[in-house]
Amino acid sequence: MLDYVGLIPLFPAIGFAVNLLLGRRMSKGAVGFIACAVIGLSFLVSLLVFADLLKLPPTSRSLEKVLYTWILAGEFQANVGFLIDPLSVVMMMVVSGVSFIIHVYSHGYMHDDRDFPRYFTYLNLFVFFMLLLVSAGNFLLFFVGWEGVGLCSYFLIGFWYEKKSASDAGKKAFIVNRIGDYGFLLAIFLIFLTFGTLDFKAVFAAAPGKFAVGSGLITLTTLLLFMGATGKSAQIPLYTWLPDAMEGPTPVSALIHAATMVTAGVYMVARCHVLFLLAPTSIFVVAVIGAATAIYAASIGLAQNDIKRVLAYSTISQLGYMFLACGVGAFAAGIFHLMTHAFFKALLFLGAGSVMHALAGELDMRRMGALKPYMPRTYWTFLIGTLAISGIFPFAGFFSKDEILWKALTEGGFAFWLVGAVAAFMTATYMFRVAFMTFHGKSRVDHQVAHHIHESPGIMTGPLIILAVLSTIGGFIGFPIVEGWNQFHNFLAPVFAPLPKGADSGHHAVGFEIGMMIVSMVIAGLGILSAYRMYIQSPGLPDRLAERYRTPYEMIAHKYWVDEIYNLAFVGPMVRFSVFLWKIFDDILVDGTVNGVAAVVRGGSEIFKYLQTGNVQSYALFILVGVVLMIGYFLF
Amino acid sequence: MISLSSYLILSAVLFSVGVIGFLLRRNTIVIFMSIELMLNAANVAFVAFSRFLNSMDGQIFVFFVMSVAAAEAAVGLAIILAMYRTKETVNADEMNLMKW
Amino acid sequence: MVETALFIGLAVGSVITAILVIVQRNPVASAIYLIITFFCLAGIYLLLNAQFIAIIQVLVYAGAIMVLFLFVIMLLNLEREKKIITPYRLPRVLGVFLGIVLLAQIGMIFNSVLLEGSRGDFPPEKVAALGNTEVVARLLFTDFLLPFEITSVLLLVAIIGAIVLAKRQI
Repeated sequence: MLDYVGLIPLFPAIGFAVNLLLGRRMSKGAVGFIACAVIGLSFLVSLLVFADLLKLPPTSRSLEKVLYTWILAGEFQANVGFLIDPLSVVMMMVVSGVSFIIHVYSHGYMHDDRDFPRYFTYLNLFVFFMLLLVSAGNFLLFFVGWEGVGLCSYFLIGFWYEKKSASDAGKKAFIVNRIGDYGFLLAIFLIFLTFGTLDFKAVFAAAPGKFAVGSGLITLTTLLLFMGATGKSAQIPLYTWLPDAMEGPTPVSALIHAATMVTAGVYMVARCHVLFLLAPTSIFVVAVIGAATAIYAASIGLAQNDIKRVLAYSTISQLGYMFLACGVGAFAAGIFHLMTHAFFKALLFLGAGSVMHALAGELDMRRMGALKPYMPRTYWTFLIGTLAISGIFPFAGFFSKDEILWKALTEGGFAFWLVGAVAAFMTATYMFRVAFMTFHGKSRVDHQVAHHIHESPGIMTGPLIILAVLSTIGGFIGFPIVEGWNQFHNFLAPVFAPLPKGADSGHHAVGFEIGMMIVSMVIAGLGILSAYRMYIQSPGLPDRLAERYRTPYEMIAHKYWVDEIYNLAFVGPMVRFSVFLWKIFDDILVDGTVNGVAAVVRGGSEIFKYLQTGNVQSYALFILVGVVLMIGYFLF
Repeated sequence: MISLSSYLILSAVLFSVGVIGFLLRRNTIVIFMSIELMLNAANVAFVAFSRFLNSMDGQIFVFFVMSVAAAEAAVGLAIILAMYRTKETVNADEMNLMKW
Repeated sequence: MVETALFIGLAVGSVITAILVIVQRNPVASAIYLIITFFCLAGIYLLLNAQFIAIIQVLVYAGAIMVLFLFVIMLLNLEREKKIITPYRLPRVLGVFLGIVLLAQIGMIFNSVLLEGSRGDFPPEKVAALGNTEVVARLLFTDFLLPFEITSVLLLVAIIGAIVLAKRQI
């Protein structure tokens, strides 16, 4: 089955093609079935690849399967080739599995939409590109997938394109991504210049020999790579597109902006860990930005009233955690959190979608409340997701987040741990704020809408349940402390070894580790308690706090005015420059030149028209002139 | 013995006369006659060459030139007739509908 | 001797009558002078041993074409013109000038270039022995058959064209 790894991206491509060409002529059921089935098949094949990989001994679990030579230009060669190793297999399974669940959910959620076939076409195309990205064996194919997911993100965010805010959000996402991609491209050029090849295996094998640790070139290359990652994975400073991306349908937010596309940056940093480890400055930058983003986004999430916005900022924050992990050298921990985050964040988004479905599209949490009796399954699954993200034992988020905090403390230093801990406190607070405001308390639902509150159909709650189960038990494969129980880490170990710092550097006392785990739980518990106090016990408390601490509240409620600053500093001048180019260059210079040429021709013909006298004799005269001239020429 | 050049000079003179007549006269019929004059000048040249180069091709060609001239005269005069019906004149200067 | 005298006479005659053609006020007079020119030219052809062409010249040109011209002149009832030459100055000056230049150029060509060509198969003696008409006929119906037949089509087209153009109502 390892040879058929090419099937994994192929199935969604087939689904895309079928739905593109025939989607409008098929029934909605058929379209949805085909779209879900192809993803299901991909997931199946990735499971089989995983099984086959396990049969190989741990040291030789890195294979390259080349389909064909794509580009052969002089010395440059790029293949359509896949790299199968534990890291890519984990990503393939997560991507195809979560995609499958979300496809099934979408079938129910988007059922009444007029553009049902187009939705699934785009969604399948997205999964194709994402699978291409995670299985690529060289930087070029990886970049193809990278760009492709950005493109599909644009399509899907602006899915309801007739709404101006949606199409604007799609453009914003694509453009901000592009800025990051610019850095990524420069990095690819540098890599090619240095190594002469873009093949992952070749580059990573040659890297330690080519660079001294900390040399300028490798630092520059990795910083540029990270610039691409900040664009795609919404870190400071290129995160502004993600909250706006919530204009798209909720399953899209779940799939692309929670579970898969935004994790591409983390995957990229993990894949290029060899390069990053050779550049201590860059990896420190990664950790700093990751930690800063985690706490920054969490602080904004505390004051948002749109349920999807809160989840968006939560995603940014959790991605910050993953980068923090990579930044301190704990790549396996980062990938572990990526996986568990995919489960519970997708669950949270889909749950929010279920709530919106019941409330006829209501997004504002101030107009929700006391929904628990009406939507039990949504409520309980949402609660599980919230517990997971807050890092409560035994849910999945506990294991992954805790491992990150632990590694941050031991490998990175106290400062990193502190930032991570404060962000964890905020995470628990704002997530339970969401849960309480939406499902508990008094009902603030609008009267018209209140009549129609209902639990979502099985096709939507089924995926919720599956994801809830995964969020509950998914963490156990990364069970810490006990030797040999951290299956996840061991599986990925061959990929991330050798690390210059050593995989288990300095065995700290087991007691210390358990102590830190308890500290994490306490912090999370404090967060839950604060949320409980503010939104259940004394509902007037948040407003009074906002009054007392007016300035900080204004800052986080307005997202630190970053969008406005960007508009002023970058977008405004850019637009003015474009208008200048349009009015001066295009209208006056270019059009003037073209029209000027036409005017000259017209002027010329105004002069030449006098030759047309209509008189035969004058024409004969001209002929005679010509004849005389010709004979004269031949005579002399 | 008349040399070839004499005949050719005769042909040249006749041709020039025809050209000047064509360019200067106003009456369309006379313009037509000048055209016939030019054709005849060419015929003289052909026959002269045929005689002095011992080849009959020249005379054959004159035959064809004459038949073409006849056809052209017929059609041209029909056109002049049609023009006269429209404009009541055969003055070449007044036939300028194609003027800009 | 006789030949030279004949040639000079006929040549001068044809040139003078040609000039008279283009300076007459009365179009009928122009036509008459043109007929005389044709006759002179027929004489020239006889001098050149092209008897067939000479006769054809008289029959077709003077006999048919000029008759046609005279028919049209009579039909249109044209009168003596007051001003015969085009009133515009530029074509007048330029026309005369260029005509003279053309004459000079052609003269120069004929003087400067050696008028030699490949000698054909028909020296005058041979032609005279067979008879000019017979030689021409023989060539027309063998080597030049295609142009001969096409010419007949051309004449047909000309007839149809002339009729259509001259009709009062199509």
